Amino acid sequence: MALSIIRIFRRHGRQYVKDLRKSFIAEGFRGRPVISSDITPDEEKSAVNVCPVGAIISGPFTLDLGRCEFCMECSFASAGKIRFTNDHRLATNNRENLIIKAGEDIPITIDQAKVRKEIRSYFGHALKLRQVSAGGDNSAEMELNAAGNVNFDMGRYGIEFVASPRHADGIVLTGPISGNMAEALQICYDAIPTPKIVVLAGTAAISGGIFENSRQTNRNFPETFRPDLYVPGNPPHPLTFINGILDLTGRK
Amino acid sequence: MTINTNPFIVPLADIPLFDYPEFFAKVNELMADEGCHCVTYHAVPLGAALRFFCCIATDHKKDFVLLSHEQAAPPIPVLDSLTVSHPSFHLYEREISELYGVEFTGHPWLKPVRLHNQEAGSRKQKAESGIIHPAFRIPYPFFSIEGEGIHEVGVGPIHAGIIEPGYFRFSCNGEKVLHLEIQLGFQHRGMEALFLEKNTGIQRAVLAESIAGDTAAGHSLTHAQLLETLAGITPVKALQIERIIALELERIAVHIGDTAALCTDIGYQFGQVVNEALRTIVINTTQSWCGNRFGKGLVRTGGSHYPLGGGFIKLLLLNLKEVEERYLQITHEMFTNPSVLSRFEGIGKVSARQAGMIGAVGMAARSSGVKRDIRWSHPFQAFTDIVYEPVTLHQGDVWARAMLRKQEVEKSILLIRDLLTGKDFEREPARPVYELNLRPSSFALSLAEGWRGEIMHSAVTDPHGKIIHYKIKDPSFHNWMALALAVRNQEISDFPLCNKSYNLSYCGHDL
Repeated sequence: MALSIIRIFRRHGRQYVKDLRKSFIAEGFRGRPVISSDITPDEEKSAVNVCPVGAIISGPFTLDLGRCEFCMECSFASAGKIRFTNDHRLATNNRENLIIKAGEDIPITIDQAKVRKEIRSYFGHALKLRQVSAGGDNSAEMELNAAGNVNFDMGRYGIEFVASPRHADGIVLTGPISGNMAEALQICYDAIPTPKIVVLAGTAAISGGIFENSRQTNRNFPETFRPDLYVPGNPPHPLTFINGILDLTGRK
Repeated sequence: MTINTNPFIVPLADIPLFDYPEFFAKVNELMADEGCHCVTYHAVPLGAALRFFCCIATDHKKDFVLLSHEQAAPPIPVLDSLTVSHPSFHLYEREISELYGVEFTGHPWLKPVRLHNQEAGSRKQKAESGIIHPAFRIPYPFFSIEGEGIHEVGVGPIHAGIIEPGYFRFSCNGEKVLHLEIQLGFQHRGMEALFLEKNTGIQRAVLAESIAGDTAAGHSLTHAQLLETLAGITPVKALQIERIIALELERIAVHIGDTAALCTDIGYQFGQVVNEALRTIVINTTQSWCGNRFGKGLVRTGGSHYPLGGGFIKLLLLNLKEVEERYLQITHEMFTNPSVLSRFEGIGKVSARQAGMIGAVGMAARSSGVKRDIRWSHPFQAFTDIVYEPVTLHQGDVWARAMLRKQEVEKSILLIRDLLTGKDFEREPARPVYELNLRPSSFALSLAEGWRGEIMHSAVTDPHGKIIHYKIKDPSFHNWMALALAVRNQEISDFPLCNKSYNLSYCGHDL
């Protein structure tokens, strides 16, 4: 038995991603889109028409990553003039930064001036988060779980998900907020001691995504409380989430 | 009428329409056969009437029986409850009652399914039926047991981990659970209505993969084959094989992830980390294929953006070999470890009789000795060319549900390997087709075996070929009751382990 355990361990090897800040995701991953400056009006039009969530508008031509479901249909419809790069750094505290403009290839970053002072002083060394799924489809939830697993091990930074809102410094919301969860979400938020942060993880949480305008969702929460971090994705990749949190809290 | 293809389409006019007493007798007669289970029973408003469609699958004869009845509404129909003789109908009737106010006489458990605790629900009720049935008034009518020493434990809707919401109320005698009532609906997003409101092909495809994000391939496959049937398209063999590979990859990934989660819940960290790492290899393989770790965007109607190519096939086979070897090693270690076995064996037992009674499907059925697998009984896509023999275990406990996962992972890896051997995938890449002309005035139904079990999508079209009703059933719809039965007479501390052993979908149930 001991021998077989050693054999398994040896095969298992070292699983953790050594440097979460510098590692990248393989080509093919649907990350930050880049819109070619020579996109034609016809290509623009077909991209607008094909988008299932109205994330793409013309005049001027832009793609809103806060609404984007990352289905790539616009890329296929525009002969690749909209290209999804493997850049996974998508998180920002400024909703405006999620609007991708034609001809621009600018990394998405945190707006330092907009970060509340207490975030860095209180949460710069350790951060405990309470996750609430409100209509999430369980893919974003699984990726948040994966952020703490043997591969990504976000716990190395003192960042963890906790069971009680009383132990938490903030809330990470997934899902478009189903009407049936609106009250529970509010109770959970209220139970977290101040100062606290609000993180919206995934397109559904940021804008409702494909669930926008459903009569069974309730979008009051993100309208009432200014989110501190938007993490786009369908679902957001663990590296997107971890790097977003590290950037927000001013970690190296 | 008897149908022997999956998916199938039938003109509305051809579906036998019975008087309710006759319908009632026919369903009772069919369901008396233990090899039968009801895949859907739902109502569709057609004109001034409600048309009720019931589809019963006969597992051993590999066909479907479709029957219907019609009621004028208003007034509110009052019907004898089928649940009295066949408990597996309890949710179907509750759902119909919740949506349309239909009264089912004698129903022992007429409670809300999804629309509780909220005004929106009552408003919808009021609008659609003109009344609010007393059973649907808030607060939710929990079952309660009274007696000396009996206490209740309420958990939820938000739970301790990163998990979807649902409310569990335990009635306990000391540490022993006498009864667990599971109240769901917190995740209700109005999915079925959205399928009608958002009606471009791409919108529906994105909706389908969001029904349950952990079953993106399963639900989008079921949706795609439903629409293709409505449009009269048969996908080419290569595409069918690709879809099955997507479905089986999803099964492998989740089953391995669940093996890890089961280890977590019994404090066996070795098993947890090794399995977690293996799951990562599988979902990263899916990402190499289509750019998304959950296979979102992979299955589309009429074609695919990601046809299988030589380079990826090589990577897939290589990774599967690695995963297979390491998974066999760790599961061998697990299932021979006495500490693991003592936490798995005999915990959370559900008998074959119970599983049959509640209409359990998929893993929940097969781990309790009920041979029920759509890949075997009603083959779809490339399964029509394969004889798939399901894994069935009779123990019905946590051990069986863990062991079933292990054996299904092995089987799925073999299946993918077989599907890829000697096949030529080089072809004109067929892009997805989103503009489909659907057959008018028809009823179509599609089934696929996702990793949790049988997924059902069904649609009705109007005389112009427009979808006027869309119905979805996730395997969790029936299987939540299996979890409630599993924890009876267990220690309350065994609940997390029992829950993990089923790993049911909240959003899939709540839609």
